[in-house]
Amino acid sequence: MALSTGTSGVKDSAIAGLDSLELGQHQVTSRPARIAGKTWSTTWPKVLAIAIVLAAWQLFYAINFRGDTASGLVKGPATTLGALATQLGHAQLWQAIEDTGRTALAGYALALVIGTAIGAVVSRIPPLRAAVGSIISGLQTMPSIAWFPFAIILFGTNVSAILFVMVLGAAPSIANGLITGVDYTPPLLLRAGRTMGLRGIALHRYLILPASLPAYLAGLKQGWAFSWRSLLAGELLVVIIGHVSLGLLLNTAQENQDLSGAISIMIVILVFGIAIDMVFSKIDLTVRRRRGLLDSAATG
Amino acid sequence: MQRRAAPPIPGAPHGRVDHATAIRLTEVSKVYGKGDAAVLAVDRLSLTVATGEFVCLIGASGCGKSTLLSMVAGLDTPTSGQVDTGGQRVAIMFQEPALFPWLTARKNVELAMRARKVPKAVRASRAAGLLDTVHLADFADKRPHELSGGMRQRVALARALAHEADVLLMDEPFGALDAMTRDLLHDELERICAQRSLTVLFVTHNVREAARLGDRVVLLSSRPGRVIDEYEVPRTGPRRIDSVQVAELASNVTDRLREEMRRHGA
Repeated sequence: MALSTGTSGVKDSAIAGLDSLELGQHQVTSRPARIAGKTWSTTWPKVLAIAIVLAAWQLFYAINFRGDTASGLVKGPATTLGALATQLGHAQLWQAIEDTGRTALAGYALALVIGTAIGAVVSRIPPLRAAVGSIISGLQTMPSIAWFPFAIILFGTNVSAILFVMVLGAAPSIANGLITGVDYTPPLLLRAGRTMGLRGIALHRYLILPASLPAYLAGLKQGWAFSWRSLLAGELLVVIIGHVSLGLLLNTAQENQDLSGAISIMIVILVFGIAIDMVFSKIDLTVRRRRGLLDSAATG
Repeated sequence: MQRRAAPPIPGAPHGRVDHATAIRLTEVSKVYGKGDAAVLAVDRLSLTVATGEFVCLIGASGCGKSTLLSMVAGLDTPTSGQVDTGGQRVAIMFQEPALFPWLTARKNVELAMRARKVPKAVRASRAAGLLDTVHLADFADKRPHELSGGMRQRVALARALAHEADVLLMDEPFGALDAMTRDLLHDELERICAQRSLTVLFVTHNVREAARLGDRVVLLSSRPGRVIDEYEVPRTGPRRIDSVQVAELASNVTDRLREEMRRHGA
């Protein structure tokens, strides 16, 4: 700044001083210490939750609630986890995880494309908005399992029937997330964007889409939950020949009265679901943190 | 109130903006709503702002200040009358910084240039220069939520400057800031406007702020908005918000403003 004089130098340092006072940045703990603290604070609730479940299970087994322990039907956590460990040693379970995972991916990807396309079109055309909005809400109240007879008649007993129901379950949530995001783009930002000269596609690309990201992500997460449920329901109902899925293993365990086998598969399903959920939560958290939508005191 | 001024006659001698005039408002009226619900926000308001002039618009609530700025910015069209900025580039700043929360300070400034298709390399160097001008070079990679209110408003100023506008419209830009920060930003704004010979139309309801900054203070009436008085402020050197000159002008303007409010109370 060539025009800076002695007095403006004083003002500059006043501004710099005010800036640093207002930001009040001071780190008390070191970075590794903070990471360790954070890891511990996110880990212990999970460890505690698992401990509570195992303890309750063991207690239920020990007091012999229905007198089934003697008949050998009900197994304790130790026996069941042992059965799970054995199953994890067999290729069949891994084959099932792979198959179910592949269907999950395909169904979700399909729902993502269809839901996003519908959301994008509907949010841009106001007359469609009202009509399609009610269809979407209607679809969301319909339990996905009720669609299976329809899907099986239409597609037969195969993966297409399951994919169809997954899309019906997930696409409305995804579309809704995008529409909500577009609707809730702050008017002030739109005004700022227009004064900048952002119009048409540029306005969408640089302003409306990024502004809708948090709501869209929430829709994606909800869509995943719906499609995962639809998938498992589908695998239990639609038994496909030559297709080893988690649903099929669960069915087999039921037919064989194999309670520890059933619980083992349930644990696998639970872990799978939690793992995907954690990925979504992580993305959601990152986006919200970047935008200052998190209370820094609450997240450490 | 449904008074509507006649639409302007094409080719009428309103005159184009000449090089000495940056903004010319001729008999501008703005009506919101229709029928019985119609509200006359601005009533046949005429105002000219010279190139390089710093004009403060002041008035009580409902004087149509923000409406007026929107019309000058081209975000809104007058119901009748003419707004002429002579094809100059106009930038606007609001009371809230209105920064995009997902972009860093630098990217926010760059986006204003991207909309005008400025090449990438030019954008980057110009954004760095602008952030330096508002003393935020060290904070270029921070996101808005990591900055204080005053810093955000400075980023917004840098973004407005990125338009390379000749005319800067400011709608109570420092209204939400504390007095200390505001004082420092007054100095900053004065320096930047002088460096760039910007024409500024600055809306505020802070009388002292108007007296501190303006070359001219224009007083508007409320409902409908109309010019009721103007005060020229001679430039005799650097001004301070607590100087006698500013205090005197502020008290004159305040008296006139109270008179106007009493008229509405009666």
